[in-house]
Amino acid sequence: MRIEIPEFCLVALVGGTSSGKSTFAAKHFKPTEVLSSDFFRGLVADDENAQDASEAAFDALYYVARKRLESLRLTVVDATNVQAAARRKVIELAKEQNCHPVAIVFNMPERICKERNALRPERQLPDRVIQRHCNDLRRSIKGLKREGFRFIYILNSPDEVKTVELVRTPLWNNKKNEHGPFDIIGDVHGCYDELHEMLTILGYIENTEGVMSHPDGRRAVFLGDLCDRGPKNTAVLRLVMSMVQHGTALCVPGNHDIKLMRYLKGRNVQLTHGLQKTADELAQESEEFRSDVAKFLDSLISHYVLDNGKLVVAHAGIKEHFQGRGSARVRDFCLYGETTGETDEYGLPVRLDWANEYRGQAMVVYGHIPQMEPAILNNTYCLDTGCVFGGKLTALRYPEREIISVKAKNVYYEPLKPLLSEVNTYDDILNIGDVSGKLHLHTRLMPVIDVREDNAAAALEVMSRFAVDPHWLIYLPPTMSPCETSKLPDYLEHPNEAFAYYREKGVQKVVCEKKHMGSRAVITLCRDTETAKQRFGVTDNSRGIVYTRTGRRFFNDMALENAILDRLDITLTQSDFWDDFNTDWVCLDTELMPWSAKAQALLQKQYAPVGCAGRTALQKAIEALEKVCQRKNLAYEVSKNTSGKNVDIAQVLESFKEREACVNSYINAYREYCWPVASIGDLKIAPFHLLATEGSVHTDKDHVWHMETIKKYITGTDSIFMATEYLVVDVTDDKSMQSGTDWWLSLTGSGGEGMVVKPYTFIAQRGDELLQPAVKCRGREYLRIIYSPEYTMPEHMKRLKKRGLNRKRRLALREFSLGMESLERFVSKEPLYRVHECVFAVLAFESEPVDPRL
Amino acid sequence: MLLTLTYRGNRATDLGYLLHKNPSRTQEFEMSFGRAYVFYPKAEETECSAALLIDLNPVDLVRGKVGSTEGGLFDYINDRPYVASSFMSTALSKVYSTAMSGRCNSRPELAASPLDLEASITMLTCRGDAELVHRVFEPLGYTVSFQSFVLDDKFPEWGNSDYVDLTIRGKVKLCDLLNHLYVLIPVFDKQKHYWMSEDEVEKLLRHGKGWLSSHPEMKLITRRYFNRKKSFANRVIEQLLDAEDIESAIEESSGEDEAILSEQETTELEATALKAKEKYISLNNQRLDAVVQAVRDCGAKSVVDLGCGEGRLLSRLIVENQITKLLGLDVSIFALERARERLHLDRIAEYKRDKVTLVQGSLTYRDKRIEGFDAACVVEVMEHMDIDRLPAFERVVFEFALPRTVIITTPNVEYNKNYERLSTDMMRHHDHRFEWTRAEFRAWSESICKRFGYSVSYTDIGDIDEEVGAPTQMGVFTKCE
Repeated sequence: MRIEIPEFCLVALVGGTSSGKSTFAAKHFKPTEVLSSDFFRGLVADDENAQDASEAAFDALYYVARKRLESLRLTVVDATNVQAAARRKVIELAKEQNCHPVAIVFNMPERICKERNALRPERQLPDRVIQRHCNDLRRSIKGLKREGFRFIYILNSPDEVKTVELVRTPLWNNKKNEHGPFDIIGDVHGCYDELHEMLTILGYIENTEGVMSHPDGRRAVFLGDLCDRGPKNTAVLRLVMSMVQHGTALCVPGNHDIKLMRYLKGRNVQLTHGLQKTADELAQESEEFRSDVAKFLDSLISHYVLDNGKLVVAHAGIKEHFQGRGSARVRDFCLYGETTGETDEYGLPVRLDWANEYRGQAMVVYGHIPQMEPAILNNTYCLDTGCVFGGKLTALRYPEREIISVKAKNVYYEPLKPLLSEVNTYDDILNIGDVSGKLHLHTRLMPVIDVREDNAAAALEVMSRFAVDPHWLIYLPPTMSPCETSKLPDYLEHPNEAFAYYREKGVQKVVCEKKHMGSRAVITLCRDTETAKQRFGVTDNSRGIVYTRTGRRFFNDMALENAILDRLDITLTQSDFWDDFNTDWVCLDTELMPWSAKAQALLQKQYAPVGCAGRTALQKAIEALEKVCQRKNLAYEVSKNTSGKNVDIAQVLESFKEREACVNSYINAYREYCWPVASIGDLKIAPFHLLATEGSVHTDKDHVWHMETIKKYITGTDSIFMATEYLVVDVTDDKSMQSGTDWWLSLTGSGGEGMVVKPYTFIAQRGDELLQPAVKCRGREYLRIIYSPEYTMPEHMKRLKKRGLNRKRRLALREFSLGMESLERFVSKEPLYRVHECVFAVLAFESEPVDPRL
Repeated sequence: MLLTLTYRGNRATDLGYLLHKNPSRTQEFEMSFGRAYVFYPKAEETECSAALLIDLNPVDLVRGKVGSTEGGLFDYINDRPYVASSFMSTALSKVYSTAMSGRCNSRPELAASPLDLEASITMLTCRGDAELVHRVFEPLGYTVSFQSFVLDDKFPEWGNSDYVDLTIRGKVKLCDLLNHLYVLIPVFDKQKHYWMSEDEVEKLLRHGKGWLSSHPEMKLITRRYFNRKKSFANRVIEQLLDAEDIESAIEESSGEDEAILSEQETTELEATALKAKEKYISLNNQRLDAVVQAVRDCGAKSVVDLGCGEGRLLSRLIVENQITKLLGLDVSIFALERARERLHLDRIAEYKRDKVTLVQGSLTYRDKRIEGFDAACVVEVMEHMDIDRLPAFERVVFEFALPRTVIITTPNVEYNKNYERLSTDMMRHHDHRFEWTRAEFRAWSESICKRFGYSVSYTDIGDIDEEVGAPTQMGVFTKCE
């Protein structure tokens, strides 16, 4: 016997004890697919026969079954299920989960069950139980269909059980193996001329059999609502039917199609909403054609899951947890969408907006809701652009995501209400679900990035309390790792290791950029407040922002922020930046100096006090030590009465003098980065990445391009904008590297922080491996304010050299990937939540404990 | 880092006998945190000084071996190696232990007599409160002088540092001087490098024997010695005081302790705002009373407290029997922990526990969990949001959460003139992003009503000032049918 069941369904094995269910299940299903009531009794009560544990056991069993079905896994309930009440639970769960319930019935002769029962070593039930089971079962069989089982198989003898061949068939909606490419076409509504033009534009031609087909094998996908209201309904039907029949098109049904089918089948339907027109046309056709149309429409499947699950098509759209499932509820959703049951002032149903909350991975393409423009939201595309109402017919080329429209040649039907010109604005609101719990992100540079729940919780607090309006936050800069620890005795960091890193990773050329000691500042500027409003969704009439690496506003003083933005705008306007880049906005990565502008509190509470205490204390200690060294009457004999050991005080004096020199260098080091800021003119801003403008994330250009472009357009005219010195080094050439090292020595020798070494290209990969986008190489003096004033003392240096960079580097890569991703998403106009989740994740990683000195 | 003891008198070099350290030697002592040296910069007939110099290993500090208190850079760039701190006390008790006990077999009468002694302490932290130096050392019979230092002479606008070089001189026994220093250095620095255990109580009593109980600043010294370990401080005070004084002392301690915390941890501005809080505490209760009354009046059975903080309002609402479902939402995990404790969720009756849920969330993110409640309370919360986040907040509450009643309270900035401590450009709390006048709050409320279909009524909370109104304003928004 051949048993065919859908690949995804809920199977109930129905049969009394000892009827052979478990043996059957073990033979035909994976052990994990089978949930047996005995097993769950054992789990909850340590005894598979504990009947008083049945309630708890079934609770647990159905809990697990639900979890499996939620993730689209076939599940078998191995329990007697001989009573209707027990089976009702199966049916209800299947309905809830939108999958087909299947019954496989073991209608064995009572005699056989009894014999088997007698042979059971571990448990023997009284014969009357078996008898009751068999009676219950026999009474049940007839009603199974009515109870709701979609597939019912009845096995009447052990021999029949032996012959069973169990086959799992794909669901009708499963076309994951069809990879396209596709041309998906929105609601046609009898607009044959526009459809024909569209197919022609898309490259379809009539083949020898007179069927429209694409020479490259592309296939059309119709989103339903082929007829009604428009002028040439039968022509559309003929065209589409022939394409589907010959395999050059797929088609899902729309609500109009289903109504037409019901009409053709003689049901009592009202000839409203344009059905009259179709009916009139069909009345002119042959009976045979009408019957073909009815059959065709009846055969349509509510939705298709295509291309490995990456694309789903349905007339009215489809929620994520309906995709790939089959039930009346799913079908209704695909045909009609979800409505509140209310009607609006035009008498049309008020729709619930599923697309707004859609967070699925699969791209959903649908129609049904006529709008002026295709509505693109959260990876969903609505292609109904109201052709029949005088709008246009729209198609989407997949996987290209290219949109093609053909204008309607006429207003064929007056719309009941004006076509929506504006896509709803719900996506403007961020959803807590997108940023809480464990986050799982996909980026172009790193396929999977996970964020731990506690990190996300920390980020939520920072984001909510301190960060700027998320509309502005299209990027957060990544952390940067230092180069490997130097092998030279006097240095913790040295260019040798930075060059070596890239050389070993197969990078030949690097760009060394002077590292400014200020505070990181991201600057986003729009040409005007209107751009800020339209492009960024910022509503407070600001036109730009300066924010820190943790997303906080850089300046508390709004007037100062505005003044900087104004000066940047003047500079960019004078240099024709806006025109040359054909953009209304720009996002820059910069360093803003002096350090003391942002770090005043840190300086006054920590850096300066340590310097003050160190200098004074060491001075006093040295005075005392010098005095004792000048004394002539020192003795060195050891006395038993003291616990100390003799010490050469002159040596102590020397070491304290060295320490004093260290502290003085430390004070000089931090002083280098401080100057009073009385007005905007005292600030210095050094842009080093031209991150993005309209339509482009400029990470496809190398760092020299960034340096030179910034020089050309931003620095040089206004004194507050400062160019960054840089040097290109060939890391396979000793002479070139020596010049890099010399440059670094001269930078750091004159108080500079150091340099940042970047691969020549903005994004560097070796095979699948993403390389560090930059490593910093900090100067010996500068590091005093990081590692303590006296870190250069040999005994400290030795220990400090043992530092691990792995954690920092992993963080840097993840944050870089996320930063690039958020820019890419913003530039390609993805919804706010998609941009925000990347930025949010960067902030979450910032709460990871990592050695802050790195 | 450096402590110098000087004895002036005949045969001043006898100081060597008293300290058990030979003036003609220079010695080194191993300490758990580095090294200590003892040497005599001066050893003459009439004047002899012994220096105790500590060489603290800063890398050990960083590695959390000793003294590591906070994370972040604060440990790496650290004043500990240079200042007089509990490290000095530990070194004193180790290097001069015999002298501290007053024992001196070779010069017993000298050890037992008051001598002309001077101690110089470099870099003692006194956080701007130089006056304290007098109050602490003068009652013990010392004359006090000190020198302060500018933070950085290149940036005079940064002001003075917290450190002084202190010299005290008096006629005291050497062992007393050493004990005074042992106890009092950490009283100024306040940051203990080791974990205080039970025996710390005994240690203080031992080193304070004979002088601490009669010191006029005994309570202050004790409390600061233990810094945040209030229970230890109270135990010492208990032992030093007569029975009847105890209760009042402990009561006082709580208030003073807070003052110490604020001095240490809050900025000037916060401290001022905190003082304005005196008037505030009772206002807080009045505000909660008003909110609870508004919740009762609207007949809500389910209530969500948006920005519940540490759960002050929730603990009032949980006992309201008509309420069957309570949700507290806050963005701070820490605040939610405190709320859990305050509500005693781990031990209250189950029927109460089952009505409360606490979740982390944010008022600028749409949140399904806050939908479907009869009432939402937003008590002293909105002013903590940047004004450009209000549009998101408005939609989250009034469009999506959509409770029948929304109760919002916020400060009335006009009333601030009654807080003397607040200057005109200051807000009541350092985290307030804005404070509204009555007109501003009303204008905002009206726009909410218009856009989202609510009606609003206003209540003043707190003493009403005829001219500027009450300190807190409350709006109760009701969804129009």
